[in-house]
Amino acid sequence: MSEMTAPATGDRGFFDEAKYPGIFGWIFSTDHKRIGLLYFWCIFFFFCVGVLLGLLIRLELFAPGETIMGAQTYNAVFTLHGVIMIFLFIIPGIPAAFGNLILPIQIGARDVAFPKLNLFSWWLYITGAALAVTSLFTGGGPPDTGWTFYVPFSAQTSTNVSLAATAVFILGFSSILTGLNFVTTVHRLRAEGMGWFRLPLFTWALYSTAWVQILATPVIGITVALLFAERVIGTGLFDPTQGGDPIMFQHLFWIYSHPAVYIMVLPGMGVVSDIIPVFSRKPAFGYKAILISSLAIAFAGSLVWAHHMFTSGISDLAVMIFSFLTFIVAIPSAIKVFNWLATMYQGSILLDPPMLFALSFILLFTIGGLTGLVLGSAATDVHVHDTYFVVGHFHFVMFGGTGMAFFAAMHYWLPMIYGRMYDKTVATVAWGVMMIGFLILYISMKVVGMQGMPRRYYDYVPEFTGLNQLATVGSWILAVGLILLFANIIRGLFWGDPIAANPWGSASLEWQVSSPPPTENFGKDPVVTHGPYDYKEAGIL
Amino acid sequence: MSGHVHKDYAGAKFGMWLFLFTEVLLFGGLFILYSVYLSRYPEEFISAGQELNVWFGGGNTLVLLTSSLFVAISITALRRGAKRLCLGLLGATIVCAAIFMVNKYFEWSVKIDHGIYPGSAHLKEMQPGEMVFFNLYYLTTGLHGIHVVIGALILAWAMILIKSDKVNANDWVVLENAGLYWHLVDLIWIFIFPLYYLILH
Repeated sequence: MSEMTAPATGDRGFFDEAKYPGIFGWIFSTDHKRIGLLYFWCIFFFFCVGVLLGLLIRLELFAPGETIMGAQTYNAVFTLHGVIMIFLFIIPGIPAAFGNLILPIQIGARDVAFPKLNLFSWWLYITGAALAVTSLFTGGGPPDTGWTFYVPFSAQTSTNVSLAATAVFILGFSSILTGLNFVTTVHRLRAEGMGWFRLPLFTWALYSTAWVQILATPVIGITVALLFAERVIGTGLFDPTQGGDPIMFQHLFWIYSHPAVYIMVLPGMGVVSDIIPVFSRKPAFGYKAILISSLAIAFAGSLVWAHHMFTSGISDLAVMIFSFLTFIVAIPSAIKVFNWLATMYQGSILLDPPMLFALSFILLFTIGGLTGLVLGSAATDVHVHDTYFVVGHFHFVMFGGTGMAFFAAMHYWLPMIYGRMYDKTVATVAWGVMMIGFLILYISMKVVGMQGMPRRYYDYVPEFTGLNQLATVGSWILAVGLILLFANIIRGLFWGDPIAANPWGSASLEWQVSSPPPTENFGKDPVVTHGPYDYKEAGIL
Repeated sequence: MSGHVHKDYAGAKFGMWLFLFTEVLLFGGLFILYSVYLSRYPEEFISAGQELNVWFGGGNTLVLLTSSLFVAISITALRRGAKRLCLGLLGATIVCAAIFMVNKYFEWSVKIDHGIYPGSAHLKEMQPGEMVFFNLYYLTTGLHGIHVVIGALILAWAMILIKSDKVNANDWVVLENAGLYWHLVDLIWIFIFPLYYLILH
């Protein structure tokens, strides 16, 4: 373990050094750690809002017929749940919050390549979020299209889709600028001795993600811009009465939104790749295989968008090609899982909270990934398309994958940023409660979907009542776990015991700075002499 | 790379190139729609394409290409310390941008006078492929026009910085990045011009 001791009481690193007084020291700061924390707490807030909406959806589905809300309200609530969770939580979640907090320190830089642009990205994020919220209360009422904004309905509905589309455009711009910043940072600001193959796997994952953000996001930009033009000036490019084709909207939408799935999950894989070696006390097995698979996922993931459209009327040949390509993405994903397992094999595994969340990522992501193959295969997809099976599938991958990785990152890195530790026992209990609730909730969804319950309806036939009630009870258990988890970590970060530097015993660079880190991270520019998982060379083992 | 670099020119240009890449992809969505609808309605695209005036498009191509030359020379001028020449060339570029937009205004006005614009009654009586063509034409040239205006504003901002010597013979990456953006605006037009004005004739 590192010989460094806890910082002298009162030395709060970058927390003490604000350029402007009060809140302005945060919202106008170009320090990557302050921006990272701004992102983190905003994202955290929107996640809580999204969870509340999800609980309302489950409550409505507790019994057939109208339980607590009517059809139109239900449409608005699930649209909002989707938009908030996708655009305000999962996509920016790990890259914008933990990428900003950790990536520069991990590569030995004092900040990102373009600090002012970084602050601008956050302002764009907040502007987009504000517009998304405004769209609920203005115009023709909250959007009711689902987060996918499919035409022709989205072009015709009287609800406030135009403003929501503008919000998505701005959020996309924010995402592009963050990606551009990270790619440049990794290329230009690595410390001396930090060669490409000494980059921590979290940085590699963020680097791959950043490329997807740069290459895919402009396409959603033009797509929602065209939707906006269609609604406001009637350009009709997707309107069959004007010669347009609604399927083209779906193509353009998924050319972004499928790669976006990898924007969501790749950073989570990076978190897990960094946590597992530390808590197994073993160097990462297959370091190069993991980083190459990150790049492979980023590449292959860009070629599979039409598997969302098997039932939309594309040709049989296209269905077969996209089905085949979809199976290819499973290979690099599986390579990662096997390498994680091999890293743990014969390691001295420590079941601290970050490791528990990383392990649940592996379990839940594997289940979610395998059920994804059911959907990627055209023959079975026709059977379960637009059923609750799909809803269960993507919650396993997104919440069970990225969400768990987000919690893992919270429990792993935030103590370093704040210099304080949460109560590990409470965190472990909260993890257990959450897992029970999670499995009850989403397995019920998969089963009821297999039985044929369609998604996006506020009502269902009485045969589905039992499983729906089970799912709703699961959602309550999950909520209890989440409340416990959040209360514990907030208490820990603000009032917990001060920690010594490097409490987990990691060999990567971000743990070699004092905690909380000083404003420019390093007093003297670091010189890297060993890899991020070389525990022997680092003197940890 | 070793350590902390306050002015990383290579990094700044690298970031700009990445950004230009995203702009290409933004327009890429419109070019995809063009190619799909062209293959679906080849005859109707040709009959609609005849309506566009190749002289308007050709004139604007000439204006934009000349403006790109001005920007390129202005960067060399600044590097050699000819500040006045540089400012003059940038001013000429912005004048070119204005000429382009005025030309565009007249081109659009003629079409709109004929009742051809998105959502118009006359347009809705046309063939499906013709409707798609004109809607795409307005969206693509409109989005490009917005970029011309943004590009001119960026060049004007660079001029202010050069005037106050914040951008100078030793520190000119801002001007070079502004110039790169202007070349992109030019480049996109180089694709729009043949696709809409030439190959359908």
